[in-house]
Amino acid sequence: MAALTSVGEAPLAAPAKRPRGMQAGRRRRLNAFRYVVFTLFGLFFLLPLLALLRFSLEGSTLGTWSIAAWKQIASYQGPPPLLSAVEITLELAVLTSVVTLVLLVPTMIWIRLRVQWVSRAFEFLCLLPLTIPAIVLVVGLAPIYNRIRHYELSALMLFWAYVILALPYAYRALAAGLNAIDVKTLSEAARSLGARWFTVMFRVIAPNMWQAILNALLLSAALALGEFTIAYTLLYTNLQVEMYSISRNTPNASVLFSTSLAALVFAFVLLMVISYAGRRRRRGMR
Amino acid sequence: MAVTAQTGARPVRAGRRLRLPAWLGTTPFLAYAGIFLLLPTGIVVVDAFRTPSGALNLGSLKALFKSTDRGFFINSFELCLISSALGAVLGAVLAYAIASGNPDGAVRRLYIAVSGVLAQFGGVTLAFAFVVTIGPVGLLFHASWFYSFPWGIAVIYTYFQVPLMVLVFLPAIDGLKVQWREASENLGSSPWQYWRYVGGPLLWPAFAGACLLLFANALSAFATIVAWENQIAYVAPQQIYLAINSEVGLSNVNQADVLALGMIIMVAIIMTGYALLQRRAARWLR
Repeated sequence: MAALTSVGEAPLAAPAKRPRGMQAGRRRRLNAFRYVVFTLFGLFFLLPLLALLRFSLEGSTLGTWSIAAWKQIASYQGPPPLLSAVEITLELAVLTSVVTLVLLVPTMIWIRLRVQWVSRAFEFLCLLPLTIPAIVLVVGLAPIYNRIRHYELSALMLFWAYVILALPYAYRALAAGLNAIDVKTLSEAARSLGARWFTVMFRVIAPNMWQAILNALLLSAALALGEFTIAYTLLYTNLQVEMYSISRNTPNASVLFSTSLAALVFAFVLLMVISYAGRRRRRGMR
Repeated sequence: MAVTAQTGARPVRAGRRLRLPAWLGTTPFLAYAGIFLLLPTGIVVVDAFRTPSGALNLGSLKALFKSTDRGFFINSFELCLISSALGAVLGAVLAYAIASGNPDGAVRRLYIAVSGVLAQFGGVTLAFAFVVTIGPVGLLFHASWFYSFPWGIAVIYTYFQVPLMVLVFLPAIDGLKVQWREASENLGSSPWQYWRYVGGPLLWPAFAGACLLLFANALSAFATIVAWENQIAYVAPQQIYLAINSEVGLSNVNQADVLALGMIIMVAIIMTGYALLQRRAARWLR
């Protein structure tokens, strides 16, 4: 918009007086519109978060302040104890992101290098979980999880399903990384120097896309941290399910708000790391 | 790939080693996706056409059109329509405000980063945040319509629909070339005429496509509505949960399958429309 020239508006009225190119009145009106919009949306996005913060700092009587709720995160006994749900969820996040990467990185590099003809089908398969709602997937997963429960009861088994949910996000992050490097030339160079396929993958190509791998890792972890539908429907307890059951038993437990906010801030930090790290890399390349 | 294949087929190695087809490298991934993605989807589709005892039963599909099940889909449709319309219009306004500013400005960077985070922010926490903002104990005020069906939850959904709209629609607005506006102004058009005859027609396929994406997004949302209201099942996902985990008597798994199939059909229609509109939108905006 700033590059707009004013030729059509008033060719005889000395365009040099308007360096911004747009009629001053219109630019002013546009700016006013923008600031009103930014303020309103900023409030809309901020207020619910501020309300969460306020309620997490609520004292024993309404209107007082206290940090008791934040201390309670460590001591809330449930049932089940809050801390065990936090632990399970963190373990799930690690497990999900590692399995996703182990599954995707070698496969994607291999497809780039040797079996290009399956790449469209592979992309379709990876993006499919975006379109199938989790609540639909869980209907079909229930019989499979009945089988899994014969062998292992732990909520950690949720990672099997979470990897599927993480596929689209991890795939897109990794595909962006692979597109940014010249996979073919790198592999041909390595191969002609005598490298084996294993070396090409893990010592030549993977180090060149660490940024994308980090993104995929954080995205999968963030997904596992916030997952509710599958855990709740299959009757496992993770952090989100735990918070939900606290809210049902004692709706105004202020530990609810401190935990929510802590989980939220943690997820925000993870996702902000992605956008920050991405930007720094791009700047470095210039 | 021909070059790579040649280097791989050096005579020394070819003679010594058993040569497996290259696509075998994708089998771990295929096996995983087969068991945890394709199999569950297949189970849903097949079981929807069977009675609980296993016999073929086309009648179960008719249940989709019976008053009880149809009601859930009508409610889902209503909720998705309202929340995606709200999200699309508000998100488009915000996207325009962002696009008309400095392309490297801090405001733009902040809003894009925040949108990326908030578009993923659903779940039970979002419902809690709104309960303490405009709910019964609201910090701002107590909205009497907070627990009334489509509007209360639709406003909550707007919180993640608007950022998603910004992410999807901003590239389309950025794709409007300054030259097009200059050209139409040179020909003497008013701003209204520009939007009516140039900008609008160019943007509408992208806008309609984004609406469909928002619609599908609202359709599959589950955690937020469960945390918002856990006594009454309004929409199809809630009823699927109840059908799987009914606390009274036998769980009605067949109803879950039928409802899930109904959702798959809805999503398939929406995503087909989305793909067609995307192709249409890509004609001018690239």
